Amino acid sequence: MTTLLEVSGLGITFGGLKAVQDVGFRVNPGEIVSVIGPNGAGKTTLFNMISGVYKPSTGSVKLDGENVTSMDPYLLARRGLSRTFQNLQIFQTMTVLENAISGFHLQEMGPLLADLFHLPSMKSRAGKAETEARALLERVRLGNAAEKEASSLSYGALKRLEIARALALKPRVLLLDEPAAGCNAVETEEIDHLIAEVAASGVAILLVEHDMKMVMRISNHIVVLDHGEKIAEGRPEEVSRNPKVIEAYLGTEAANA
Amino acid sequence: MVTKRVTLLILAILVIASPFFFPSSFYYRIGSLIFVNGLAVTGLVILIGYAGQISLGHAGFAGIGGYSCALLPAHLGLHPGIAAIVGAILSGAIAWLVGRPILRLKGHYLAIATLGFGILVSMVLANEAWLTKGPDGIEVPDLGLKDVLELVGLDLSNSQFWYWFSGIAFVIGAWVALNLYDSPSGRALRALHGSEIAARTVGIDVARLKLQAFVISAVYASLAGSLLALQNKFITPDVAGFMHSIEWVTMAVLGGAGSVLGAFFGAAILTTLPQVLTVFQEYEQILLGLVMMLCMIFMRDGLLPSVLRLIRGKDK
Ligand SMILES: Nc1ncnc2c1ncn2[C@@H]1O[C@H](COP(=O)(O)OP(=O)(O)O)[C@@H](O)[C@H]1O
Ligand SMILES: [Mg+2]
Repeated sequence: MTTLLEVSGLGITFGGLKAVQDVGFRVNPGEIVSVIGPNGAGKTTLFNMISGVYKPSTGSVKLDGENVTSMDPYLLARRGLSRTFQNLQIFQTMTVLENAISGFHLQEMGPLLADLFHLPSMKSRAGKAETEARALLERVRLGNAAEKEASSLSYGALKRLEIARALALKPRVLLLDEPAAGCNAVETEEIDHLIAEVAASGVAILLVEHDMKMVMRISNHIVVLDHGEKIAEGRPEEVSRNPKVIEAYLGTEAANA
Repeated sequence: MVTKRVTLLILAILVIASPFFFPSSFYYRIGSLIFVNGLAVTGLVILIGYAGQISLGHAGFAGIGGYSCALLPAHLGLHPGIAAIVGAILSGAIAWLVGRPILRLKGHYLAIATLGFGILVSMVLANEAWLTKGPDGIEVPDLGLKDVLELVGLDLSNSQFWYWFSGIAFVIGAWVALNLYDSPSGRALRALHGSEIAARTVGIDVARLKLQAFVISAVYASLAGSLLALQNKFITPDVAGFMHSIEWVTMAVLGGAGSVLGAFFGAAILTTLPQVLTVFQEYEQILLGLVMMLCMIFMRDGLLPSVLRLIRGKDK
């Protein structure tokens, strides 16, 4: 299988702090690769570099063989990379439906004049996006909330809305930063199923998740970060037996206690 | 959210029915000023309310639109109506050039940069007396449409003509802005207003869309400036002045920058007050400042949304 996402030697420094150092891995189509590690390990920072939000100081990101290091997120979106955010980035004052439709932006955009005068070409593009957005909302069980303002939704519902918006792009590579955080057991299980389903359709998925049971169950491959460095990687059962990993986790648990 | 159809219906009724309640023909003049301001403020609703960007220099574009109606007929022999359209295109082009570097700035920096642009335009209009006749202003030729209407049997007074002409222009402007709101571009503008980072990750070219909003709002301001110049048959550099920009932003904020209907009420209130209350005339600048401060403290969303929420809240 050809590698879809290839990260190598990726690193970034914030005012002297090496938040991420020399991290590399690959994700193939249909594969779920999880990045785990204690809080502050650099997982979100890694996602931000891959998705073009931060410009890495070292290393490279390749999407389907093309070097896309430091490319603006909107250009990455056009190349099939999509993501969700750990701290929600919802369009709060828009409706749930509009949030979902915004994921179809590339599909529904056309000439500005068509928008200003509501020409038929705009209506057919927007109509198609709306139909697809409604179907997507059904898929994440938000169909009934379509007309509500997004800010009125619960945290768990907003998490699902972000996933729907990311799926709307029909991505080839999907980055999910703690999609089940703050969700109850039932919601977590649903998200779990959804991720597996999306992967089965051939999407390469990079996942950050704190729920270890979920990670161990659905991941094909796990990358472990600690203090910005990759300390281990491998299949779930390999990683869970790795002494370095156990130490990194026990260390933080002891510190938290 | 009041829907597009309802908004247009309310605006059309207001335009058509208001004259029945005018105590004197002087009110046609106030009405047309409201529509002209409403048009410019609708442009600001697109920039401020949809896209979440600020401009304290939009009167600069009104200056360009207004002076186009004076200078293009005088020097190039263009019809004043054509001159207004050329002025709008010129304003759009200048907004595009200026907006590209400026719109990379955020918040206060954007406010200051647009402020600088507005001041620059008004200074050029005041200082380049060889072209603009300087601070005392310049005459603007008649649009000529009123005479044409008279020929076909529609005999309107000057103030009546400008009332209807500005009213129609405003309703068309409102229609276009409402179209934009519920369109892919409008959604993208509101999305980048909500979260620029999320907007980029769904593929929105944020820089380009902000620029589009800036250019569109500049065209609105330019047409408002042209309408003002044409109905006054005279224009001075004050039209591009800082106070004029502030007036429009205050109208937008007072009405609720997010909605076209709100923009209209903001424009109506702040246009009418100085005309009917002499106190307001004398202390206009102080009172504008006060309105702006009170809005920011007590009704961030503006008058109309706040009142609507109050009414709905009581219903429950
Ligand atoms: N924009 C930033 N500026 C400065 N430091 C940052 C920034 N983003 C992340 N960091 C730091 O990088 C480290 C890794 O953070 P993060 O990637 O959020 O960890 P994780 O997602 O694994 O919990 C933390 O020490 C954090 O404070
Ligand atoms: Mg994180």
